[in-house]
Amino acid sequence: MVNLTIDGIKVSVPEGSTILQAAKEVGIKIPTLCYHPDQSVKANCRVCVCEVEGNRLLQAACSTPVTEGMVVKTRTPKVIEARRTILELILSNHPQDCLNCPRNGNCELQTLAEEYFIRDIPFEHKVRGLAKDTSTPAIVRDPDKCILCRRCIEACSVTQSVYALGLEDRGHEAMVVPTMGKSLMDSPCAMCGQCIHACPVGAITENEQLDELLAAIADPDKIVVTQIAPAVRLAIAEEVGMKPGEMPMDVFVAGLRQVGFDYVLHTNFTADLTIIEEGNELLKRLNEGGVLPMFTSCSPGWINFCETYYPDLLDHLSTCKSPQQMFGALVKTYWAEKMGIDPAKIYSVSIMPCTAKKYEATRPEMQDSGYRDVDLVLTTREIGRLFRMSGIDFTKLEGAPFDSWMGKYTGAGVIFGATGGVMEAALRTVYEVVTKEELKDVNFTAVRGMEGIKEAEVDLKGTVVKVAVAHGLSNARKLMDQVREGKSPYHFIEIMACPGGCIGGGGQPITKSNAQRQVRIDAIYAEDESCEIRKSHENSEVKILYDEFLHEPLGHKSHELLHTHYHPKNKKYL
Amino acid sequence: MKGYKEIIASYADVPGGIIEAYHAVQKELSYLPEEAIFEAAKVFNIPVSEAYGVATFYSMFSVKPRGKNVIRICESAPCHVAGAAEVVAALERELGICMGESTPDGLFALEFTECVGQCQATPVITINGKPYLNVSPAKVPKILAEYK
Ligand code: SF4
Ligand code: SF4
Ligand code: SF4
Ligand code: FES
Ligand code: FES
Repeated sequence: MVNLTIDGIKVSVPEGSTILQAAKEVGIKIPTLCYHPDQSVKANCRVCVCEVEGNRLLQAACSTPVTEGMVVKTRTPKVIEARRTILELILSNHPQDCLNCPRNGNCELQTLAEEYFIRDIPFEHKVRGLAKDTSTPAIVRDPDKCILCRRCIEACSVTQSVYALGLEDRGHEAMVVPTMGKSLMDSPCAMCGQCIHACPVGAITENEQLDELLAAIADPDKIVVTQIAPAVRLAIAEEVGMKPGEMPMDVFVAGLRQVGFDYVLHTNFTADLTIIEEGNELLKRLNEGGVLPMFTSCSPGWINFCETYYPDLLDHLSTCKSPQQMFGALVKTYWAEKMGIDPAKIYSVSIMPCTAKKYEATRPEMQDSGYRDVDLVLTTREIGRLFRMSGIDFTKLEGAPFDSWMGKYTGAGVIFGATGGVMEAALRTVYEVVTKEELKDVNFTAVRGMEGIKEAEVDLKGTVVKVAVAHGLSNARKLMDQVREGKSPYHFIEIMACPGGCIGGGGQPITKSNAQRQVRIDAIYAEDESCEIRKSHENSEVKILYDEFLHEPLGHKSHELLHTHYHPKNKKYL
Repeated sequence: MKGYKEIIASYADVPGGIIEAYHAVQKELSYLPEEAIFEAAKVFNIPVSEAYGVATFYSMFSVKPRGKNVIRICESAPCHVAGAAEVVAALERELGICMGESTPDGLFALEFTECVGQCQATPVITINGKPYLNVSPAKVPKILAEYK
């Protein structure tokens, strides 16, 4: 342990700690911009400077290791003055356009400008006037707002191993650009949106489409039907000032009705359906010597990544569409028929924790219902905005049930939202289908949690199935390279593009650390525990769907509506 | 003329060889074409986004096609004070292009640079690395004639 004094307070911290970490121990907050708790130290913004006795120059707290007997002062006039100048310099090259900015109210730079009492900036205001990048349907980059902290580059390169972002030029000319200075669409970007969470400011956001929803709600000829993904409920609470998981499902549904959705249904329903289709696909591959290991296919960021970097391994991907797209294909066929509604009038909106889903819905192959299966994808953040705009007080709102036929779900559908959840849900079903025995303990805890790659073995009465789970694309890459080398010991692999799974998706409330992801994961398993039915094949509405419409898993109708195929992306700028 | 592939390959085992490889490619082609950056990423086993970062980090590299003879004008303070701006104007007029551009015949490119260490005789320009000292607008046509 190392002993030091910070602002007169004595503290002992492990060797190798930084001043920033030591200060946190004793409850002293030092401002940061380029620092990110889950990333390497960058020390390029200098806003965290402090006085260290014996040093003439101010030291960056995020990168200076503590030493025995060190005396640190974090709030002297000299320190405050320096930090204010640093902020003023950053702001002198910044649009300062908070009122029109998606991060208004949730921006690290804005917060510091407020805390440091920035008023009249003495430097000339010079903005570069760089164009926005709107080349993808999912992610928008606004490079003028970039403060060059490089957190997005690390998210994209280290966490995701996509390498879509890098630096161009240096000094005053430096900027963050997609590969080779091209558009994001030309880069290998998987549209996972992890760079959005990494960005301290509004330089990267989702493609905001709330206006399209409002237009559809206003249109009397449109019947607006929505599906909610499992990870959304856990996090939507954070958008309206509650704790993760605190928004009861029925109150969330009531809120959606208040803002004008005509029917509220649940993606969990098709999550359960995915398990039936995907479980049967796995068994078929196991029994008939099909391509193994089989990869899950519900994470569209992962699909983009696989099509970009592993086009040779596409036949390992389950042909199952993601739950969003299964839902889209069914709502304008099965559901429309059951409800007696003209599918041409249905405007299908999905509420997702994900930015890549915005892209997925626009894929040309996703029109199997005869229409665009999903008309609009909104993120959790966008729905949060809609709720705040509508002024709903969720503490006073009475709950409401889901609508029929595609609203029922089980605990297995719920856990789709966390890393390991699809695997666990599949195992619950596959076990019972194969062994014809009831699964006594439905909890496969080995595949839960934030560890990057998890593995397990399940004995299906003699057949041992080896499974692995990866979240974050750099972890996926490790398992993929193993497959490419012919050394993968697994039969079935679940991959989620985002760290923590969908609860950490690119469309979720701005997520500043992995610790926050863990809190949402805990909330998901608590919801699973509280579900009466926790196995997908026991979902009564899914049973009705098979009886009346699909007839059998992997059958003719399923192939038509619920399965898809993949294409190598042949990106030039990898 | 050697192809960029061979050039880059010959630096494959040099530590930090990417910068030397870029230099060598540029000597042949006067800029770094996209393909050369892809190739370097492959040979040095780094992502393209990083290879591109290196190519754009150093002001001596250009990722845009540019004229064969690269004229650089020092814009650091001493040269600036000594009248670099007039030299810039003369070069732009003489060549019919602006700073940062190349002549349509592919013969000349105009770029700024930082102090080249010849501050005893400002303003300074370099052409393909060769310094010209005490340049004045009047001297410009004669200097250019050497390269035509
Ligand atoms: S990025 Fe932050 S500081 Fe900049 S305009 Fe947006 S909210 Fe304001
Ligand atoms: S969306 Fe994902 S893949 Fe695309 S630039 Fe951001 S982090 Fe990289
Ligand atoms: S885009 Fe955002 S995260 Fe990336 S360098 Fe700029 S400010 Fe930082
Ligand atoms: S937070 Fe320490 S230098 Fe940026
Ligand atoms: S300032 Fe121009 S050569 Fe030194």
